[in-house]
Amino acid sequence: MVKDQEYLEKKASYCLDYAKKLGATDTIVNVGNSISETVNFRNKKLDESNRSDNLGIDITTFVGKKKSSISSSNLLRENLNILIEKCVETTKNTPEDEFNSLPDKDLLAKEVKDLNLYDDSHIENDNKVEYLSRLETAASNDKKIINTESSFVEDKSNFILANSDGFCKGFKTSSFVASSVAVAKDDRSMERDYEYTVKCHLKDIKNAEELGKKAAEYSLRKLSPKKIGSEKIAIIFDKRIAKGILSTFASAISASSISRGTSFLKNKINQKIFQETINIFDKPDISKGQGSRSFDSEGVRTDTLKLVEQGILKHYLLDTYNGRKLNLKSNGRCGGTSNLYFENGKINYKDLLNSNSKCLYITETIGHGSNIVTGDYSVGATGFLVENGEFKYPINEITIAGNFKDMFQNITLANDLEFDYSTNSPTIMIEGMVVAGK
Amino acid sequence: MSNFFEKSDLTRNEAENIISDTLKKCDDGELYLENSKSENILLDDNKIKKSSYNSDLGFGFRAVSGEVVAYSHSNEISKNSLKQSSESLKSTLKSANSSYNHSIPKSNKKYYENINPIEKKTLKSKIDVLNKVNDYLRKKDNNVQQVTANFSGEQKSIEIIRSGGETLTDVRPLIRFNVSVMLEKNGRKESGVYGIGGRQSYDDYLINDNWKNVCDEALRIASVNLESKPAPAGEMKVVLGPGWPAILIHEAIGHGLEGDFNRKKTSAFHNLMGQKVASEGVTIVDDGTLDNRRGSLTIDDEGTPTEKTVLIENGILKNFMQDRLNARLMKTRSTGSGRRENYRHIVLPRMRNTMMLNGKQTQDEMIKSVDKGIFAVSFGGGQVDITSGKFVFNCTEAYEITEGKIGSPIKGATLIGDGPSILKEVSMVGNDMMLDPGIGTCGKAGQGVPVGVAQPSILINKMTVGGTNL
Repeated sequence: MVKDQEYLEKKASYCLDYAKKLGATDTIVNVGNSISETVNFRNKKLDESNRSDNLGIDITTFVGKKKSSISSSNLLRENLNILIEKCVETTKNTPEDEFNSLPDKDLLAKEVKDLNLYDDSHIENDNKVEYLSRLETAASNDKKIINTESSFVEDKSNFILANSDGFCKGFKTSSFVASSVAVAKDDRSMERDYEYTVKCHLKDIKNAEELGKKAAEYSLRKLSPKKIGSEKIAIIFDKRIAKGILSTFASAISASSISRGTSFLKNKINQKIFQETINIFDKPDISKGQGSRSFDSEGVRTDTLKLVEQGILKHYLLDTYNGRKLNLKSNGRCGGTSNLYFENGKINYKDLLNSNSKCLYITETIGHGSNIVTGDYSVGATGFLVENGEFKYPINEITIAGNFKDMFQNITLANDLEFDYSTNSPTIMIEGMVVAGK
Repeated sequence: MSNFFEKSDLTRNEAENIISDTLKKCDDGELYLENSKSENILLDDNKIKKSSYNSDLGFGFRAVSGEVVAYSHSNEISKNSLKQSSESLKSTLKSANSSYNHSIPKSNKKYYENINPIEKKTLKSKIDVLNKVNDYLRKKDNNVQQVTANFSGEQKSIEIIRSGGETLTDVRPLIRFNVSVMLEKNGRKESGVYGIGGRQSYDDYLINDNWKNVCDEALRIASVNLESKPAPAGEMKVVLGPGWPAILIHEAIGHGLEGDFNRKKTSAFHNLMGQKVASEGVTIVDDGTLDNRRGSLTIDDEGTPTEKTVLIENGILKNFMQDRLNARLMKTRSTGSGRRENYRHIVLPRMRNTMMLNGKQTQDEMIKSVDKGIFAVSFGGGQVDITSGKFVFNCTEAYEITEGKIGSPIKGATLIGDGPSILKEVSMVGNDMMLDPGIGTCGKAGQGVPVGVAQPSILINKMTVGGTNL
């Protein structure tokens, strides 16, 4: 069982008291425990079991405008004492920073909303084995599938966030994840692909057979890929990678990038950075949402933000420290976005595929090719050539490149949004990007 | 050395009994104990933005039978916790009945000192250097808009207890110093990053104002990028500079030669042992024995002493990198390549310092031979799809080559290639081999471990450059 609220609260309040005694003027403590049990399968046989019990504490102490922090996995009192002593001592020797402080009291969350994020169900490892066995049988149907690896993870977590202004709240979350990777092989090539499901509640996870079939189908369709020539072409991003474009957008509007001047979206507030058909939301109170929360990692209340309204950037993602530097109040985004998504577009998936006589459908990108400072984007890609709405053949060993400033202005959204992850996007098309191939 | 049982209700003797009892019908396994201390001091935006300290303690208990691994880890080193882990392992390996237990070879060689870099230098002196870095860079160039610099240091003590009570220990220091600078000129912004590191104390790196060299290099890269034009798109010749660009070797070849992917036959290299996989003259080793290097290890995380493993010799594939599990299943020996990020993770076969050895040509000869291509000097990160063999890496400093001459700098672009065929496209190997400055972290299955790379300049006949200029 994960440690209960009472145990965590006791640890937190002990640390707050001890830090105060040593001369800390303010303190923040985050203490948590998570227990997860994983079973891995390979080629229809048990491959690995893993039980993980993680304790952790983070303490930040302030002495006036000085700040420093420590973290540890050892919660024994004797160790905590040594660490808090070290933390306060280090704080005193660290230079002042006028923007250091706890969050404004009136912004702190007053309540923990019931967002349905915890499911007490426990699935025994034997039952995980049974699920994975069905999954891999379904994945191995085609004899071109030469290897399958799957896993089932059950995770239960609990935490308490407390500060010396009297904030002390936390909540339990659970997560059930099943995933499958299939390797397919023919005379000319070997390819892998995957499918996964992640839910707060056990009963919501995808059916094992369906998951296995999908992973196999995705790998098989990639066999015998071709390389195409270099050209300017419309690119369609499959949903599972389209969300990555939203994640880049989120890092570019984070208050730290903005206040440090290292983002291509600096000073773009109230300016049109997308076409006016585009709306982007960050909604923290979705029931069972993967990114749902009542407050951010400083305890600041989180409300829904319409980050982009009719193409116009309306908000940065603000925490207390960087907010102060920008002369803005925190909007509860310390630690990033909650449930971030593009609002659905007007056009359906089929029509999107048909909107150009020839386009490239990308299912996976590799490499770290997003530059937040300049907006330049260049990554390796895998996908399919689409002609007149039909998948013609798989494509490999190409790159796609552009600049986010232009890419954002050229996005067309399909209307197939689903809330499977914490960041979600419908299928998107971006025109005017460059493919490098032969 | 940490005494892991000092403050526990569990005695060493009791732990040994639980270990022996749990592993008695298994092929392999061990109790891995770890105590690590780390710090990070960050200067950013003219201020000391972060000074943090972490102390982490825990164990990971592993039992292996056949191909099945059972693992359990916890932060509480106690009788109760170890027994619970033991139960968890036994329930997975209910029907285990095997006995490989190949003994661990012994070695007294050490490749770094038993020091704690964090304590060897005061907080004040570290903060002073960071402030000097900030002042130095902002004074040196008026276009400097942002400076970020940080120190990170770590000491990790590990102990491995095997069935029967055999014990192996190691204490590993690791430091890193990094500088990143952003320039702005005529409304255009570009950044440059440089860093150094290794298994040493900070002072070994920072004597004689050595930090200035790190600043100068970061500033030089940023200045070059301010003048860069869009990169070309398409297939062309590529000259790679010496040192850090060897992450090409790491991504393109290294991962594909790790034992697990080959045992599972999911690597594009799995059936190529003894065959020609690279041009003649190409020799690649994975070496854990270099003094104080970031990827060096006295023993690996299963206790096997490190070694220098020849992977490719004069173009022929000679060895994979192995941990004990994959070595046993592939009927070979461990190459001391079993590594884990920390006690929360199982051991996997991983790279250490992966190096392509010297050839005979000069970089000059390579550049002169290229009619149209690019000269890539420095890279950000890379990634590989083991199964298809396709890999990428991102240039952070590159130039175009026209008619045998180096031309303008070009914007950061991704290069993409095919692992199994790329080394056959190497047509010249330079005589200027260099180690990287000690900054690499390799990610695999969610685990990051410090690694090194090295290579001389090389000429690749054909690679796809992912620019925007058609």
